[in-house]
Formats: sequence, structure tokens, C-alpha cells
Amino acid sequence: MTDSDVQFADLDGVRDALADADYLADAGIAGIVYLAERLGKPILVEGPAGTGKTQLAKSVAEITGSRLIRLQCYEGLDESKALYEWNYKKQLLRIQTEGTDAAWNDVEDDLFSEDFLLTRPLLEAIRAEDRVVLLIDEVDRVEVETEALLLEILSEYQVSIPELGTVQATQIPMVFLTSNGTRELSEALKRRCLYLYIDYPDLDRERQIVTAKVPGIDANLADQVARIVRSIRQLDLKKDPSVSETLDWARTLVLLGVEQIDAAVATETANVLLKYRTDIEKAVKEFADNPDELAGPAS
Amino acid sequence: MTVTDPPLAGDAVAERDRPLLDLLSGFIEELRNAGLPVSLTENLDAMEAVTHIPIEDREAFKYALGATLVKNHSHWRAFEVVFEVYFSLRGPEYEIVDGDSSADGAEGDDDQLQMPGEGQAGGGGGGGMSALTPEQLAEMLFKALMQGDDAMLRALARQSVMRFAGMEPGRPVGGTYYLYRTLRNLDLDGMLDRLMEAAREDAPEDLTPLEERLERDEFNDRMNHLKQEIEAEIRRRLVADRGVEAMAKTLRKPLPEDVDFMHASREEMANLRKAIYPLTRKLAVRLARKRRHGRKGPLDFRNTMRHSLSYGGVPAEPKFKFPRPAKPEIMVVADISGSVAAFARFTLHLVYAISGQFSKVRSFVFIDGLDEVTRFFDGVEDIGEAVHRVNTEADVVWVDGHSDYGHAFGVFWEKYGKEVGPKTTVLILGDARNNYHASQSWIIKELKHRARKVFWLNPEPRAYWDTGDSIVGEYGTWCESVHEVRNLRQLEGFVENLV
Repeated sequence: MTDSDVQFADLDGVRDALADADYLADAGIAGIVYLAERLGKPILVEGPAGTGKTQLAKSVAEITGSRLIRLQCYEGLDESKALYEWNYKKQLLRIQTEGTDAAWNDVEDDLFSEDFLLTRPLLEAIRAEDRVVLLIDEVDRVEVETEALLLEILSEYQVSIPELGTVQATQIPMVFLTSNGTRELSEALKRRCLYLYIDYPDLDRERQIVTAKVPGIDANLADQVARIVRSIRQLDLKKDPSVSETLDWARTLVLLGVEQIDAAVATETANVLLKYRTDIEKAVKEFADNPDELAGPAS
Repeated sequence: MTVTDPPLAGDAVAERDRPLLDLLSGFIEELRNAGLPVSLTENLDAMEAVTHIPIEDREAFKYALGATLVKNHSHWRAFEVVFEVYFSLRGPEYEIVDGDSSADGAEGDDDQLQMPGEGQAGGGGGGGMSALTPEQLAEMLFKALMQGDDAMLRALARQSVMRFAGMEPGRPVGGTYYLYRTLRNLDLDGMLDRLMEAAREDAPEDLTPLEERLERDEFNDRMNHLKQEIEAEIRRRLVADRGVEAMAKTLRKPLPEDVDFMHASREEMANLRKAIYPLTRKLAVRLARKRRHGRKGPLDFRNTMRHSLSYGGVPAEPKFKFPRPAKPEIMVVADISGSVAAFARFTLHLVYAISGQFSKVRSFVFIDGLDEVTRFFDGVEDIGEAVHRVNTEADVVWVDGHSDYGHAFGVFWEKYGKEVGPKTTVLILGDARNNYHASQSWIIKELKHRARKVFWLNPEPRAYWDTGDSIVGEYGTWCESVHEVRNLRQLEGFVENLV
């Protein structure tokens, strides 16, 4: 990729580049990343946990050769953690060293200069000279009121600091917001973003992901893993297995030297894939009992 | 899919944009008619977005519109339907495609954009198939399913619709009827057995039960794919027959948040259940937030005095007590009688979800008797089992199993009234159709005095309140407020305004 304004030549370019970074995007994901880059808009990524939302941001940073700046959201996140903070200890020291002879106005101007500013992720992303990808992770964890902090950045790519003025972005960074959908985000936030929903991948994509991400897995096993996981997702479970759990499971199987998954292996390793006791029981029952009846007339 | 260079030369854009913009505003109009909220900014974004997308790439076009216009995943289904209907016929005659690229159209996604009328004429994938006997057709379908040949499946779907659906222009029959007719003729159940048989024979050794199961899932998946193709084909033909506007109207379904609890279909019910969990989390957050916002409790006099010593006795730094975290107690009293059966099922799921979020939730169900069902929900991970136990084990029938709110409240007051305290929020769910029994509304009045708040959620439309044997108005006078809660949107509204 060249360092020009437009990084991706076309849709397929995005997809191929992501594939090179071991991120297998489907048409929707690649298309929206491409659009976001062209329109200069943030992407709001929603979807179940463990489907590669955060990984998408990381991979995009990798392929564009950008620095990833990450803001992890949590309840109680505020300005001083997300945007900027005045380094008041340093300010105090400054006042003390100055003594009493300096004019107050000079000191005051001096105190609120960039030297005393502690940049937090959002401001850092705006002020960055190099290419950056800004990842605002799990934005559904902050309260609705705190969301408002993000609005200025997302639409204008600027931060207003009362004492300093407005800091404009030198270049428009790519911004990813992820959400697990535990609560509805505000309309104002959604309006400013492109919306991307990443669901569980279909069979082919999951198989490719397993093959790409688990070293030393053979095609047959990868295929079986993907198919079993698909079948499990069709059961009515409390928590469906995510892609990351699928990968964990595949790695486990490779470590155990399994070549062919049978009911016994599946039962023994089900706890890697499923995290609730009832879910495990249900899946085990489904794969052990049920087929016996089916197998009856066959053999 | 081939992709032409997206950045178009300046004048070409201007020339091509005009019809595109008209078309898009029509599309957005249609989305709004379907109930999707599309703001002006989103509208503009969509228009800008499509200029960056090669228009012949239908998938990319769809995702570009989706990403800019639909900001809620539960609306995606509705969006897809509108998209399919609205753009199904914008094939060859569609100005944008034939503007500069009649050549592109040919190499592009031809079979998707094509007019059904032309498909019949022998173009596309259906060519030459009309000569086949039904047996040959079934054989081809079998092979296509066996090998998972998507292109073939699509062609076969077209052919089967043409042959079996018996569609006639102007016939006032819905798409489901045609779908049923087509599927009946294809006999997919028999096909599945044949496929499984063939899979067993193909395997070098006997299939293990697990393999068997996986094969079956795989075939089911391919058949679903076939069904979708058939549905799409029927829709295309219906649109050609009746026009976009009429079809868009008939296919319009309420958005998930507008589905009436009382008349929800199985599938809709399943979706509603999924939507409940985020909602109860929101409820929990709402109730807990009060304590986080009032971070300061009352003045701590002792502490303030102690600190004043360092200021020479001047209480310059007031100290406050830490607030006592309020632990909300919730009592849910739900009617599960026949008149609100559909709502009751939903209610039980709601109760289950709520009890997962709050430490102190007690739930009661009643018809004409009343029973506490908290124990059924405690530590149960499978909601289906809990609901089943509530329906079979709870002792809710007193005389005849017709709603008697008065008696049920009487039992509640007698047995549990003492446990209602100033921290308790009481939620009553029901239609207040009392079969003309005594209302005993003094109990609600007493409850209001004792409890923090009493809310009534009524699943009936407001217009029906206080008609016939409904006495919600009489109870309502003693409640904090009575809410019409017929769909998710209203339930969300209630939760939103709770604090």
C-alpha cells in the first residue's frame, strides 16, 4: 500500500490485504472498511462476543502500517481518562520554582500550555503525526452521558480544550468502535458512524479461519471442527461458541493429536468450546444419544 | 466479480448520479414506510457512499446502503426485504447499469439482476431445463444438493417455481402459497432421506453417529439455501406482476420492537426473548444509577469537625457520609390466565431475565389463586424448564381457573403483604379483566402506601381499557402509573422512564 490519501485501490484490494494479515473478511466487512476509508467515517462494529471485532481494528492497523491507539471503555470512564488531563503536579512545581517576582498573567499562560497537558488516547489519536487507527473498545460499557464525549471527535475529528482552544486532527485517523450490544447506543453516536454487524461466520469462512489461525491443522480436521461448531450453534444454547472458542478447541485437538473427531473426543473436550454446564450437557446429549437412533437402521 | 475503477471521471459522475439519487430517495422513502428510522444525515451519507462503490457489484451496493442507513441489527431483515423488492426489477432497464456499461452488465451479476421475464425466455441459468421431465429435474436437484452446487441450485429453484408454483398474473394469492406449492412438489423430506442414503453408501466405512449428524446438518443447510432461492424467485415474479409499491406493502412486517406480544408468531417470540436480556440489564442499570449519581450522602458531622482542626477550627472542608447503596427489591405479580396467554409466556421470560439481574426478586403468578414461583427461577439455567415448572406445578387455580384479580390480590395481601416494604417496587402484569368479580382495589391502595412504587403493565391496547370486564382504571388510580405495554418499544419506553 502506498502512502497516498487513498490507501485501498478497490474492494477486493481490502479483502486481499486483510487476508494477508490473516484476517478473513467477508464481502460486507471488506466493503465497509473500504467505504469508511473513502468517506472518512468511523465504523461502529457490533456483534456477539468473540467474532473478531477488535481483531478487525488490529488487522486494519497492521495492513495500513498504522499505530493502533486503543481506548478500553468501562463504567465510570471520564474526560480525564479518555481525552486529556492537566498535569497539576507539574503545574504546582512550576509555580513554586517561579517564585513571587513573575507576573501572574505570564505564569497562568504558561501553566496551561501543551507542556502541562497529559494526552489520553482520544487526544493522542487526534494529535498524532504518523498514521493511526483509533480503537474505542466496548463502547457499550460507558454510560449514555459519557458517550457524548466521543461525539466531537467522531464527527469533526477535533478536541476542544477550553484553556487551549481547539485541536484539529492533522490527518483523519480510521476509527473503530466496538460494541457487544448489551445496550442500545445513542442515536447521535450511531448517526455519525457506519454500521457493521459481524455475526458468526458461515461454514466456509469458519473453516478458512481455523486453517489460517491454527498452525499444523490438516484440512480434514478443520472441516470437521467447522461443521461440528455449526451444528452446535443450531442448538438452543445459553451462549453459542464464538470464533475464538472454536480456535481454542481446534488448537486443543491439534495438541492432543486428534485426527478424527468422534463422539468421545467431542464429549471430553466440550468444555473448551462451551462455558456453561447446561450447554455442555445439552451438546453432549445431542451428539451422543440422538444419532444412535438414526444409526440404527443404517447399520 | 469483476470490479471497474470506482473513481469515475467527473462528468460521468454527474450524468450517472441524477437517476441514482432519484432512485435512492425512492428507496429511502420505502424504508421509512417500513418503519426504519432514517435521518437526513444518513440519507446524505448513503448517497455519498454509493458513489464510491462500483454500481454493478450488487452485494457491495447493498452493504454500502446497509452500513449507512441501518444502524440496528434487528432492522437488517426488514432492510433486506425492502432492498430485494425495490431493486429486484432494476435489471437491464435500470438506468444506472445501462448508463455506460451495457458490457459491464453482461459480465456483472447477470442472473441476479435479470428480469424474470427474460429468464423464462431461456437466458440465465434456466436455459434448456424446461424440456426436462419431472424425474430428471428431481435427479438434477439431487445431484446439485449432493455436491452443494450453488449455481445449479439457483437455476433449479427458478425452474421449479416456473413449473410448480402455478403463478398466474393478477391472482390475489400471497407468496407463501406459491412457496408451499413449489416445496410440496419437490418433496424435500424424501430428498433428505435419499441424500443420507447416498452419503452412507459413499462413505468408505460405516458413518459414526456424529458423522451422520453432521452430514444431515450439511444437507439441511443446502436445502435451506434452496428454499431461500425459491422464495427470492417467487418474490421477483410477484414484483414483476404487481409492481414494487404493492409488493413492498404486502411484505411489510412490523419491526421486532413493534411486534405485539399478544399476537407474536413463534419465530417473533424467539426474537423477542433474545431482546429481553439487554433490556433487563438496562433496567438494572437504571435502578442502580441513582446511587452512583448521588455520590455524596448526608453530611458527616464528626468527620467534618475532625478535619476542621487542621484549619484552626474552621470547617472548611465538609465531609459527607458514603451513601448507603440501595438494593432494589422487586416483586413481580403476573397474570398467566388464558386471556393473556401469549403475553404470559413472554412475561415469564421477562421475570426470569429480571431475576438474573437483581439480587432480590420475588415473582408471583396468578389466575384466580396466587402462588410464589421465585423458587422455580432460582439458579435455573434453562428457562424452558423453569417455565414448564411454573405452568405445571404452581398452584394458581382456586375455583374455576378464570381470572379473579380480587381474590388473587387477597391471597397476596394475606400471605406476602407484610413483606412489602419501603424499598420494594411492585410490578403488576395483566389485563385486569376480572370476570366481574369483586375488585378488592383497596389492596392496591394499601400496597401503594407500603411499597416504594407500584406499576401496572397492561398488554391490552389502551382503547380496550375499562371496556367489558376490564377494570384497569379502578386499579390504576392506586398505582404510580399504568402503562400500555404491547411491544418491545413500549417496554423499553417504560424502562427508560423508570427513574
